[in-house]
Amino acid sequence: MRSRNMRRGLAAAAALASAGLVLASCASDDDGGSSEASGTWPGDGKSECSGLEQLADFGDLSGKSVSVYTSILPPEQEAQENSYKLFTTCTGASVKYEGSDQFETQLVVRVKANNAPDIAYIPQPGLLKTVVDSGQVVEAPSQVADNVDEFFGEDWKGYGTVDDTFYAAPLGASVKSFVWYSPSMFQKNGWEVPETWDDLMSLTGDIAATGIKPWCAGIESGDATGWPATDWLEDVLLRDAGPDVYDQWVNHDIAFNDDAVAEALDKVGAILKDPKYVNGGFGDVDSIATTAFQDAGQPILKDQCALHRMASFYAAQWPEGTKVTEDGDVFAFYLPVTNEDFGKPVLGAGEFVAAFDDRPEVAAFQTYLSTDVWANEKAKSTPGGGWVSANTGLDEANLSSPIDKLSAEIFQDPDATFRFDGSDQMPSAVGAGSFWKEMTAWVTGESTKDALTNIENSWPSS
Amino acid sequence: MTATELDTIAPQATGSPGGRPRSAAAAAKEGLSGRLASVIALVIAVLWTVPTFGLLVSSFRPEEDVKSNGWWNIFTDPAFTLKNYSDALNGGASGEGLSTNLINSIVITIPAVLIPISLATLAAYAFAWMDFRGRDVLFVAIFALQIVPIQVTLVPLLSLYVDPPFNLMPLAGRDAPAGGLYELWLSHTIFALPLAIYLLHNFMRQIPGELIESARVDGAAHVQIFSRIMLPLMMPAIAAFAIFQFLWVWNDLLVALVFSSPEVTPLTVQLVSLVGEKGQDWQLLASGAFISLAIPLVVFLTLQRYFVRGLLAGSVKG
Amino acid sequence: MSTSDKFVQMVIAVAIFYVVIGAILLLTQRLRSRAGERVQTAAFLGPSVLLICIGLLYPAIVTVWQSLHGASSFDPPWVGLDNYKKLFTDKQQLTVLRNTLLWVILTPIVSTGIGLVYAVLVDRIRFERIAKALMFLPIAISMVAASIIWKFVYAYRSGEADQIGLLNQILVWLHVDPYNFLLNDPWNTFFLIVILIWIQAGFAMTILSASIKAIPDDIVEAARLDGVGGWKMFRFITVPSIRPSLIVVLTTITIATLKVFDIVQTATGGNFNTSVLAYEFYRQNFIAGNQGIATAIAVVIFALVIPVVIYNIRQMRKLEAR
Repeated sequence: MRSRNMRRGLAAAAALASAGLVLASCASDDDGGSSEASGTWPGDGKSECSGLEQLADFGDLSGKSVSVYTSILPPEQEAQENSYKLFTTCTGASVKYEGSDQFETQLVVRVKANNAPDIAYIPQPGLLKTVVDSGQVVEAPSQVADNVDEFFGEDWKGYGTVDDTFYAAPLGASVKSFVWYSPSMFQKNGWEVPETWDDLMSLTGDIAATGIKPWCAGIESGDATGWPATDWLEDVLLRDAGPDVYDQWVNHDIAFNDDAVAEALDKVGAILKDPKYVNGGFGDVDSIATTAFQDAGQPILKDQCALHRMASFYAAQWPEGTKVTEDGDVFAFYLPVTNEDFGKPVLGAGEFVAAFDDRPEVAAFQTYLSTDVWANEKAKSTPGGGWVSANTGLDEANLSSPIDKLSAEIFQDPDATFRFDGSDQMPSAVGAGSFWKEMTAWVTGESTKDALTNIENSWPSS
Repeated sequence: MTATELDTIAPQATGSPGGRPRSAAAAAKEGLSGRLASVIALVIAVLWTVPTFGLLVSSFRPEEDVKSNGWWNIFTDPAFTLKNYSDALNGGASGEGLSTNLINSIVITIPAVLIPISLATLAAYAFAWMDFRGRDVLFVAIFALQIVPIQVTLVPLLSLYVDPPFNLMPLAGRDAPAGGLYELWLSHTIFALPLAIYLLHNFMRQIPGELIESARVDGAAHVQIFSRIMLPLMMPAIAAFAIFQFLWVWNDLLVALVFSSPEVTPLTVQLVSLVGEKGQDWQLLASGAFISLAIPLVVFLTLQRYFVRGLLAGSVKG
Repeated sequence: MSTSDKFVQMVIAVAIFYVVIGAILLLTQRLRSRAGERVQTAAFLGPSVLLICIGLLYPAIVTVWQSLHGASSFDPPWVGLDNYKKLFTDKQQLTVLRNTLLWVILTPIVSTGIGLVYAVLVDRIRFERIAKALMFLPIAISMVAASIIWKFVYAYRSGEADQIGLLNQILVWLHVDPYNFLLNDPWNTFFLIVILIWIQAGFAMTILSASIKAIPDDIVEAARLDGVGGWKMFRFITVPSIRPSLIVVLTTITIATLKVFDIVQTATGGNFNTSVLAYEFYRQNFIAGNQGIATAIAVVIFALVIPVVIYNIRQMRKLEAR
């Protein structure tokens, strides 16, 4: 009697269990229809899909979906998602977007556990190389390679290439070689935007003479504390020694503590480590190390400092209502060159589109993102500004913010030589390790020689 | 309490039949220390609350004020806004605002509290009142495994969920059931178990063995002893642990980042992403923190009622 | 998935769990033989032990294995004990060890002490619930928010600028020069420890308060009738009665302290000589991409718990012996 009751109880439990699992699998069944790729594509004949004929190669993708994993968060995320609507219209496939502020670490975790997304937007060439080593990244489809050849410079394609195989097309980009300033403050004091490094230094002296600390800086960024200082060094080295030496230095063909690097760092030190010149609104030289980079430029609005070297994306840091225009509250100028021999070097950064799957909808989405159509679509989807691409098919008129226009001008300037942020390309033990740490120590008192030697010694042997 | 300590009090107690009224001096002393005690308690309470109070004030200040001067300026230059709250509530990337994430957090947290506590109470009972070979070794091993950093378990666990052995159903990946809820519940359960077993075991050991022994002699099975004697006596300990497990899961970021799919993103993950990739909108964290604090506080105040004096009276080993 | 789907999933999952566990217990409860006892033990312990083996023991073994391998994330080469050699010869690691010791010694003692005193002081007062909720607040706040809270406490600006940090504002009001709390070694480590004490005291207070309430009324009353009050009551009645809980709280906080990395991460990023082992582990593993060294650090952290484990075993033995 007893045992029969128990068996009935167990059966009930089993039934409940299987009900749960059935429901679970139903709930996850979001792939919808399973239509095969057929000859026609949904974009056929739609006027908005003109320029995207390449997508016809992938057929009808209705009901398919592509998962995207990125470090791009709101509000930029919304603009990204809006720019994919055209893709859905023209192919039928939808995009599942996931952004994370822990993207860099989580991507490696997911890849290691065989749980990679279809597509990841990777912001560092170094990380791209790491995940390519896993063997799970698929080569870019030919359509993507063709688009990149057409719309991007040779240098950009190189950053998406690992061991001579092209994997990842560039997506967005940002200019790092900017100095933020207040046009109204400059006008009031009769200061001019400097054209050469010497001008910059004499302007610095002039501002200091008025009693205002000319520069403000902050390199605190949690785990990544120190990165703004690495950008300083890279920017000056690129100007001082030229792109070739810069590349050798990034690839460790010359020592990290080469004389050229030491000279460049001393040039940075002539600004950042001079107590007369820093750190407006925050305190002494040491305060650079404990000031959050997000806060560092804010004293410009209160006339407590005049200059702040930071990338184009700093535009997002100004409080709502600040006029970011050439004659407004704040704007940026190109960090002047120290040496006329190397044209107009630009230090920058950007993301690259890596795919972990070769399903047609994934390849179609990669293709879409590499077109000029998408670049313009994205520009139009970003009415607030804060986005730009190195895609030469991007029409400046579609960009809404003056700083984005300035960035795009720089990217499309034939004189400009673009170089990617060096620390993003170095082995992470250096680029995300000793380089950050030693630059922080350097700001708080370590000598140029010791800092560079310590980084050189930490370079992985293999 | 050790025997000698009991002795220092006991003789006096027995020496006064009928209970001696407290002397005036003793009362005065108690009064004095009572006042001193209140002052100390007040100081600690203020020290502990001021930092949080600063955040609360900041959550109502306009963005440019938060970024340019200290929160105490609100007293000299009052400027309040609810904008941080409305931005945080409406700023969800999904366009649905934080309410979806709030529901996700609840759905993730409830099983992730109930399941590990139930399992751990059973296991703690076994360690405390069942005799079996290797008991102490096993207990120490589980206790020591508390130290394993969750970070080292992520990749092995996720691999198992994606590619389980014996053809079991995958719990993660493209076809994860229930948007990955099962892997979240399971992971939280696993990470909670060692500490829960250790804590509950230590409370269980404090219940006198005679209670269990006499029940055993009367013919009660372990299951009955567990449910009729142990559970009621353990309520304060279980409630205390439930509060913490609730909080840890509620505030968890790491497990959610690795195991949750966008469909079931909890509040913490969404709040962090509100700040933006360059950390530009960190003033939203202030309001977000208080939105996310509301439910844990309710839980704390609710479960606190289980800490009732005398529930264990007469049953605790002296 | 809709909201109701999620709740249905949740209810089903919890129901399955209780039905399965309930069935196992009911099935085994009547087994009275020696073997039956063993089956009952297995029913009580089995699920937990199985989950812990899969989720913690197996990864722990993998970790030890990885610590004998090189840096790269995918297919690292075998390097034997090189990672450990590197750990114990690096001069920066000595600072990290020193800091870790400071954290592990100070945090459990101070936070348990404060939690205990507070639990006793607010016991039976009129506003007990609110008073306890106040100290409980810090654990209820997520780490991300806590990092901002403490930014508003420690932030540094020079004398002429507006202060954002409360402590420096107080210094300015006292006409003292502002102080960069996070920069100056070794005091910065103490200021970081304060943050963890602030968080953990609430944990200690809650557990200890539950224990204090469990002290039988007759013991307290007997002592009170004898004129034992205030400090003596605390020293001779309260503390001895909750001794087991005190050990539990100290142990738990010690282990938690060994694992804490996010305070250092958000406050200093390990710069200015403030790093601790748990943060070095995190940094090497997820930022510097050096899996070999990271896992070796994790193994060192395992090893550091051994004294805590031994202390607990001895305490357990003492209790058994009584």
